[in-house]
Amino acid sequence: MTKSDTHMKEIQAEIKEFLSKFFRHHDLQLDEDIFALGFVNSMFAMQLVLFIEQEFQITIDNEDLEFDNFRSINSMNRLIERKTALVAQK
Amino acid sequence: MKIELTTQQKDAQSEFRVFVNSEVMPYANLYDQEERTPTKLIEKIAERGYLSAVLPKESGGIGMDMITYGLLNEEIGRGCSSVRSLLTVHCMVAHALCKWGNKSQKEYWLPKLASGKVIGAFALSEPNVGSDAKSIETTAALSGDSYVLNGQKKWITYGQIADVFLVFAQCSGKPSAFLVEKNSPGLSILPISGMLGVRASMLAELHFRDCRIPQENLVGRLGFGFSYVASSALDYGRYSVAWGSVGIAQACLEACIQYTNQRKQFGVYLREHQLIRQMITEMIANVKAARLLCYQAGYLKEVGDPSSIIETSIAKYFASTTATKVANDAVQIHGANGCTSEYSVARYLRDAKIMEIIEGSTQIQQLTIADYGYQEYMSQSDTAVISQNLLART
Repeated sequence: MTKSDTHMKEIQAEIKEFLSKFFRHHDLQLDEDIFALGFVNSMFAMQLVLFIEQEFQITIDNEDLEFDNFRSINSMNRLIERKTALVAQK
Repeated sequence: MKIELTTQQKDAQSEFRVFVNSEVMPYANLYDQEERTPTKLIEKIAERGYLSAVLPKESGGIGMDMITYGLLNEEIGRGCSSVRSLLTVHCMVAHALCKWGNKSQKEYWLPKLASGKVIGAFALSEPNVGSDAKSIETTAALSGDSYVLNGQKKWITYGQIADVFLVFAQCSGKPSAFLVEKNSPGLSILPISGMLGVRASMLAELHFRDCRIPQENLVGRLGFGFSYVASSALDYGRYSVAWGSVGIAQACLEACIQYTNQRKQFGVYLREHQLIRQMITEMIANVKAARLLCYQAGYLKEVGDPSSIIETSIAKYFASTTATKVANDAVQIHGANGCTSEYSVARYLRDAKIMEIIEGSTQIQQLTIADYGYQEYMSQSDTAVISQNLLART
């Protein structure tokens, strides 16, 4: 396993741990659509943004407002990796 | 753990207090009676940078930390809830735009909002829609390079004087946020008067009849208007209202301390009567508890913690219900005097009741906070752990 694979798994695990508070008794899969599971309200949406921003030291803004960015653990992982790479370039 | 204001925060608090004592408090009953906030006062508030409190320095703001912003809301709320509500709605719009606006919207609007040259207002509520905000009926439809808005907004704080509105509308069934300037064709603004409390906050109705705005006035993306743009603004609004409620309760406490020290009944000052002392004690304990919840919410906001959202709801719930209870007792202590406009406590009671209705009513907070409780404590399978956690956090 490469270093980046390990890093990706860590991100996925952190996201899964956060989401597990909201999706109790459900073993959330990496590509599972959280919107399809039903429990997504505005309180959750705001907490998710704050969690991603605080945990991964990135800023979610206007351009990131696409449902596909928050649909699953994997899509959030891709968003975080993309934003982290942008921060690193600056 | 250390709960203590920094030197800068203490200095800022003193500055706010001096300003409110000299420029707001002596005139607040008059604003209430006349149902208006003087332009001169708004200019003074803008000059001091208070309208730019939540904006970062690069946007022309003063980048106040969240605790200092809370102290500002408490002090202004102690003086006049209407003026505090100007701060609330203006900062809600500024914050929403700073967080979710695009680059050109930020460059154009934020410096104007920061300087107070432009006053922002938040337009979500409608004649048929209050708590059930997702069911707004106002519509927006794309037509060429414009959005065309139709519908009605109601109870818009400072709607009578705002220059730009953050308006929420359904666009093909997707809740979305739009910036609408007051002079937009098809927008008419009607003042609302005769409210119970926060009477100087210059409420208005907004009527949109084929109101055409530029396409680039969409804030955020289509479909994200409620869950992201409105929700993050309302979170800031709740924080401001929570602190403003502490301000009302503090004003009640100070008024009662003064009154019971000057008025005699049965040959002794009111302060000597045990039932009065009981009410004073309740006030002191509840005001302090409400302020501590606000401090906690402020700290969590400052560090960007996800739990800041629910802790802000809890602070708003407790502080606003406390303000109503404290103001109710304050009127009781003042007796017939408290029922006149000569004393401020009647205004505090009327204003406190409004705090329980705006930015999520008491009942909506109760639903939200209970949901959080079940989510937080039921996620742990071991009941012993649950009870330990409950004990540890109470």
